[in-house]
Amino acid sequence: MIVAERKPFSEILEMVANYNKILVLGCGTCVTVCYAGGEKEVGILASALRMARATKDKDIEVLEATITRQCEYEYVDPLKELIDQVEAVISMGCGIGVQTIAERFPQKMIYPALNTKHMGVPVDQGVWAERCAACGQCVLHLFGAICPIARCSKSLLNGPCGGSEKGKCEVDPANIECGWQLIYDRLKQLNRLDLLEVNIPPKDWTTSRDGGVRKVVREDMKK
Amino acid sequence: MKAGSNLEKILNSGLFAVTAELGPPKSADVTVIDKKAELLKGYCDAVNLTDNQTAIVRMSSISAGSILVRKGLEPIMQMTCRDRNRIAIQSDFLGASALGIKNCLCLTGDHQVFGNHPQSKNVFDLDSINLIATLKKMRDEKKFLGGDEISSDMPFFIGAAENPFGDPFEFRVVRLAKKIAAGVDFIQTQSIFDMPKFKKFMQMVCDRGLDEKVSILAGVIPLKSAGMARYMKANVAGVDVADEYIERMAAAGKKGRDEGIKICIEMIQELREVPGVKGVHIMAIEWEEAIATIAEGAGLLPRPTV
Repeated sequence: MIVAERKPFSEILEMVANYNKILVLGCGTCVTVCYAGGEKEVGILASALRMARATKDKDIEVLEATITRQCEYEYVDPLKELIDQVEAVISMGCGIGVQTIAERFPQKMIYPALNTKHMGVPVDQGVWAERCAACGQCVLHLFGAICPIARCSKSLLNGPCGGSEKGKCEVDPANIECGWQLIYDRLKQLNRLDLLEVNIPPKDWTTSRDGGVRKVVREDMKK
Repeated sequence: MKAGSNLEKILNSGLFAVTAELGPPKSADVTVIDKKAELLKGYCDAVNLTDNQTAIVRMSSISAGSILVRKGLEPIMQMTCRDRNRIAIQSDFLGASALGIKNCLCLTGDHQVFGNHPQSKNVFDLDSINLIATLKKMRDEKKFLGGDEISSDMPFFIGAAENPFGDPFEFRVVRLAKKIAAGVDFIQTQSIFDMPKFKKFMQMVCDRGLDEKVSILAGVIPLKSAGMARYMKANVAGVDVADEYIERMAAAGKKGRDEGIKICIEMIQELREVPGVKGVHIMAIEWEEAIATIAEGAGLLPRPTV
């Protein structure tokens, strides 16, 4: 899932300082699951904005809505009637959601309420950890299904640097596990440490962001 | 001979090698390098020039190395993967060679979070093992990573680091074997403050026959004070300073530097006897004056001419 976190309230308040009627728009998928931009968070943000503006004697009308997914046109397009009524939209979707709304409503300013963090998994109550960096050429089979690109702070492909200590990464020992210790432990358990004896050549990053803006095209599915 | 550097000749002759380290200044002041170079000249076979170590901006290792060449000292330029992609790295190898630099230590590089520009973007296009293989290809095949030919020689004696104290411990020897497979000629280890663990590591190295394939220089750091020893134990990942040394430094009190040099000399003498160790790499951090005393005390002078 895509993991996001809400921006500080003051930053959002500042973004809409000059509007009198806005829509706060939630998304029912990833950001609902990570408690950042679902229906409940829309209600909280909308109320907070109304209160903050009321205390400044500058009331703001805040409409609320949450759609199934902000990243698909079929869910976004029916918003037309609602969005026509407001001056601007605060999207509580991820970065993809914000851009999709903007794409379908070119006449309106769309503001992001979230900071999109990463592609990850809830590992504990209130904790979401990164798992995939979308490099475009999956190498998980070489590393016991633990990704060194996403989970090593230096994305090293040939083993841990000298900064791995007691399973922790020196970049932030309190919060980051050494991805290479995880890979090593898992392959040891699977009796497949032989995989780590092989020298991995320089990675071809053209499938990653380094190759330019990416698009997946399925010729067999195109109209 | 792969590069014909002094370090290569010393090691090929079976002599016990001594390398030191020179941290380039946080300025363009050549006199800083001049002074440090004077303190090292004649007391070691080659000098490492760090590449923005701990991600703090300093004069580049290649520029500082070029200055050393002019002064008649042999540089070992350090090259990290943190700040450059494969285009910049190969370009810098060409430039370094043109400036007369013949040794290169290939490193992953400290993460930028430790330095004075933690907001920067890192690169890590290659890792240290890719870096070794890249330089070897340039030297032996006269080809760039992308396949184009290089129309000049690229005489480099290729080095790398290894941290015998990093985790997972059992993997460290495998990583060394991978560096050898990539084409490394010499290794400088992380500083040793845990002799039993280092000996265990070297035993594993010798068991795999790796000591026959690469020249290993054991890394040592002379301690300046008990505080420095405690700091390194607590804050430098992969460095575990044995309590014995901390206690000796504490007992020495104001004569800490003398005790640090004494410990360092004792360690070098012990390391000379460890099977597979072909030399020492002395990292006297911002204390280049110590090198002459340590080399003298450890019976490593005069440095041979080969």
